[in-house]
Amino acid sequence: MNPTDSPKEYGEYVKKKAPNSPILKDCFNAFWVGGLVCCIGQLIFFFCKYKGLDETSCSTVVSISLIALAIFLSAINVFNRIGKFAGAGTIVPITGFANSIVSPAMEYKSEGYVMGVGAKMFTVAGPVLVYGISASVIVGLLACLFL
Amino acid sequence: MKKLGKQTLQLDNKPTILNTAAIVGPKELNGPLAKYFDKCVEDEFWGEASWEKAESKFIKETVSTVLGKADVSSSDIDYVFAGDLLNQCISSCFGMRDTNIPFFGLFGACSTFVEGLCLGSVFIDSGACKNILCATSSHFCSAEKQFRFPLELGNQRTPTSQWTVTGAGAVILGKADNGPYITHITPGKIVDLGIKDANNMRCSNGSGSFIHTFCTF
Repeated sequence: MNPTDSPKEYGEYVKKKAPNSPILKDCFNAFWVGGLVCCIGQLIFFFCKYKGLDETSCSTVVSISLIALAIFLSAINVFNRIGKFAGAGTIVPITGFANSIVSPAMEYKSEGYVMGVGAKMFTVAGPVLVYGISASVIVGLLACLFL
Repeated sequence: MKKLGKQTLQLDNKPTILNTAAIVGPKELNGPLAKYFDKCVEDEFWGEASWEKAESKFIKETVSTVLGKADVSSSDIDYVFAGDLLNQCISSCFGMRDTNIPFFGLFGACSTFVEGLCLGSVFIDSGACKNILCATSSHFCSAEKQFRFPLELGNQRTPTSQWTVTGAGAVILGKADNGPYITHITPGKIVDLGIKDANNMRCSNGSGSFIHTFCTF
């Protein structure tokens, strides 16, 4: 039987031949690195609280610090290496969101600051913003109407 | 020249590969084929400001290498068939800008180079042309930027994500007494076998939609 006889057979053939992602290893690494990111955030939180900030300000400082750290690591080409290892562990927290905006900005800098950095900065994060903001508007309207 | 069957052209006047050149990047330098390349460049930017400019430099330098090896000046080349993976074949266009050779820009993804060989050998076989230049280039970083994600993005590549070559290759076709000759060409058809994973380019581009084009030597 020729594997290229029909799309169905070819699909099965490709599935059989293609290497799978090492899901257990990926999950494990994502779990502990993601946990570590959260611990770092929590440490910053405790530190701010110890210094006398109120809880809302502490949360803001945590977000800002983690974003700054992720941007710095992206800029020195370290974040992508951590991300290759940790996967969702660094992509899902706020660090991943920061990286997803900085990385196209770095990549497209060669095309200029307006049409490159400015226009392409949100190619990865754009959909998250569009649907995230749209969803929050809808939820807000519903809350306004029914609560 | 005559057509055999449904897809094959038989070339009677023995178009010949007169000379070849290839310049590659750092990953290829560590591969098993390293000793066959004319030059390996360790810096992916090759001193340029962007990957696209570096890719242009790859094809430009490869073309000047092959012209030097064959001892042919660019004014003796009748036509050039060149292409790459970027929009508007931009690296080939800029790479060929200073050569002053009439230019055919090709896009056939993985098959661009063989496509160039096929078309170039028909030009030689017709007897109208003496020397034809075929060239192609690709660059891992510019291809990732165009088709996947920025390199600095901290995502994981799927195991089926292929690595695009950083480098360029060029040949000069002409006529000579000793080969390798191009005797037959068989362009492939587009066959869509429904692989929708955009990251798995070999299965979705290469054989999911077959563009297997052969030159028989």
